[in-house]
Amino acid sequence: MALLLKGGRVVDPAVGLDAVADVVVRDGAIVEVGEGLSIPKGETIDCSGKVVMPGFVDVHTHLREPGREDEETVASGTAAAAHGGFTAVCAMPNTSPVCDTGAAVRFLVERAEERGLVRVHPVGALTKGQMGEQLAEIGDMMAEGAVAFSDDGRGIQSAGMARTAMEYLSGLGGLYVAHCEDESLSRGGSVNEGVVSTRLGLPGQPAAAEEVMVAREIMLAELTGCRVHIAHLSTAGSLALVREAKRRGVPVTCEATPHHLFLDEDAIASYDTAYKMNPPLRTPEDREALVAGLVDGTIDCIATDHAPHAAHEKELEFELAPFGVIGLETAVPLAVTHLVRTKTLGWGDLVRLFCHGPRSAFGLPQVRLEPGATADITVVNPDSQVEVDASWIVSKSRNTPFLGQTLYGVPTEVLVGGRWALRGGEVVSL
Amino acid sequence: MLSCKHILTIDDLTPDDVALVLDTADSFAEVNERRIKKLPTLRGRTIVNLFFEPSTRTRTSFEIAAKRLSADGVNFSASASATAKGESLRDTAKTLSAMSCDLVVVRHKYAGAPQMLAECMDAHVVNGGDGIHQHPTQALLDLFTMRRTLGRLQGLVVGIVGDVAHSRVAGSLVPALRKVGARPILIGPKTLMPPRPEVLGAEVSYSLDEVLPELDVAYMLRVQFEREAAMPIPSVREYARLYGMNAARLVRAKPEMIVMHPGPMNRGVEISSEVADSPRSVVLDQVNAGVAVRMAVMYLLLGGDSSGAAA
Repeated sequence: MALLLKGGRVVDPAVGLDAVADVVVRDGAIVEVGEGLSIPKGETIDCSGKVVMPGFVDVHTHLREPGREDEETVASGTAAAAHGGFTAVCAMPNTSPVCDTGAAVRFLVERAEERGLVRVHPVGALTKGQMGEQLAEIGDMMAEGAVAFSDDGRGIQSAGMARTAMEYLSGLGGLYVAHCEDESLSRGGSVNEGVVSTRLGLPGQPAAAEEVMVAREIMLAELTGCRVHIAHLSTAGSLALVREAKRRGVPVTCEATPHHLFLDEDAIASYDTAYKMNPPLRTPEDREALVAGLVDGTIDCIATDHAPHAAHEKELEFELAPFGVIGLETAVPLAVTHLVRTKTLGWGDLVRLFCHGPRSAFGLPQVRLEPGATADITVVNPDSQVEVDASWIVSKSRNTPFLGQTLYGVPTEVLVGGRWALRGGEVVSL
Repeated sequence: MLSCKHILTIDDLTPDDVALVLDTADSFAEVNERRIKKLPTLRGRTIVNLFFEPSTRTRTSFEIAAKRLSADGVNFSASASATAKGESLRDTAKTLSAMSCDLVVVRHKYAGAPQMLAECMDAHVVNGGDGIHQHPTQALLDLFTMRRTLGRLQGLVVGIVGDVAHSRVAGSLVPALRKVGARPILIGPKTLMPPRPEVLGAEVSYSLDEVLPELDVAYMLRVQFEREAAMPIPSVREYARLYGMNAARLVRAKPEMIVMHPGPMNRGVEISSEVADSPRSVVLDQVNAGVAVRMAVMYLLLGGDSSGAAA
């Protein structure tokens, strides 16, 4: 079965490509990229006016299966990923039970093969039960397909334990994904400590609660040689630490989330729990610094921290409601709307931040728009608009602060290994 | 009439609203001096005291206020709970709404709970204290007491001393003082100050002795260290020495300076017994004012006009 993606703007900086061209896909792989191509038989998809890019990946997704299938499942989460333009996600281990054994990784791999619309790369826990006390079976999980390791949701509080995890992991060549939060400083704060916490009378967590641990993880990466990826980096101070560490050659990468890039604490006018996430929304200055970090390359990728929550749990008192927002479906349109259309970044930068950057940080297979490459392809219509409303969202959960916003740049087609996951903006079921 | 439907924070009230509440409370205060203290004004109206936190003083004050206005007052005690452990706040609100009550006074452990209630019910909502956020009727009764004792509010220098960071009383009192043209100064160790006190519109001092001679009012907050995992002060003894109001400090203050406290007092900590029982202390006047001010708030929210106030 052959496919011809005809007349799109084909963008892939990894192969020096940004031109109107055609892409031919056969048997799950790209066979030809060029002008004026045709295929004897098969499907031709008109991509004129659209941007054709190598497959986007989200390295920070909570699929909630097993344990909270009412909030998300492998099936619904990967459908949301496809709807958002992603060909792959990395699934965080804070499920119930925690993904901290080879068997748990195998379950996820098998479930994804059976029900996943896009590729799922499991992230295993660093410590048993993510309790920060004892190493999890990292080697076993690696053998079953875990691509990285993290106690995401709760940083490892003990520096000694973090060092042990990094030493062990670096020996195996693994990646340590850091949730940076010193709990003796954050103390369960619901919002950023500062103007908004004072005004709303909510307990706050200071930027330093994150920055102290970013600094620690960088020092431990230097000590152990372990590759470290800083998850959901949210402050100007954290960014400065990473920038400086990269300059010294420390093996550190980082991500920023769409909510930290496109919202700040001033958005929290009342007690709307759609704005409650961890790390919390920071100051406008922090937000601007993060955008600058995307431009100068300090930030390797945009990652969603897609965290589905049941409506009845989010509708609690602000301090009681769980942290987290969904993000898979709005990430790309937000980036197109606020970065590409504003000319802050070009399409090539978007490919760097959603494809090559995260794939390289997590050691995932690189995909390129060149003959022989796997046909993992994301197509976006830069001019199409969508109003983000509950009926447009494919995820099982609706906890997003972007509800009601009109965004540009809707993903229209997603190919995963040559198979349609999204077509004409509609999710293609298995 | 007030310009607002609810009193969730002190900022719901305009300066005119504040003046109206205080003036109305003046006439109710007279009623409270009578032998028969009951008015028929709110007969047939239902007022629910919805308390998610144990409180004797505030609840009793609201309860007495409702009874003096002949409203049917009901106490509803509940525990703040996540979904797994019981009914959600939204469901409680809808339940009360279905019972057609007219006004709900809510006290809650978490900031924003009164807003949430107001969003999902028709009744008027009065915040009786939410988390470390606000306690607007306390601020109103404090203004009432200051005005009665000192004869004015404009230009008063009010030192609010103690654990400001965790005080909903301060959360409302500071903006309330600003509204009436008084000058609040937050005083205490830096570990007990909110992260951004300037947001509240207050000056800050870490030395009580330095600003003491300027004060018209010393408002001593209750020190509540059980809230803290790691003690933010070295010892209660040191706190009392640096920030407690005692006889020696009273001597160095303006002779007309009054001492206030929202209660319950920790004698020997933020206030010495000598001061608490001295004529300079207006702590019991505050309690007394509480009933009149809460009567005024209920009366004004439920649509009474001032002609009926002291009828």
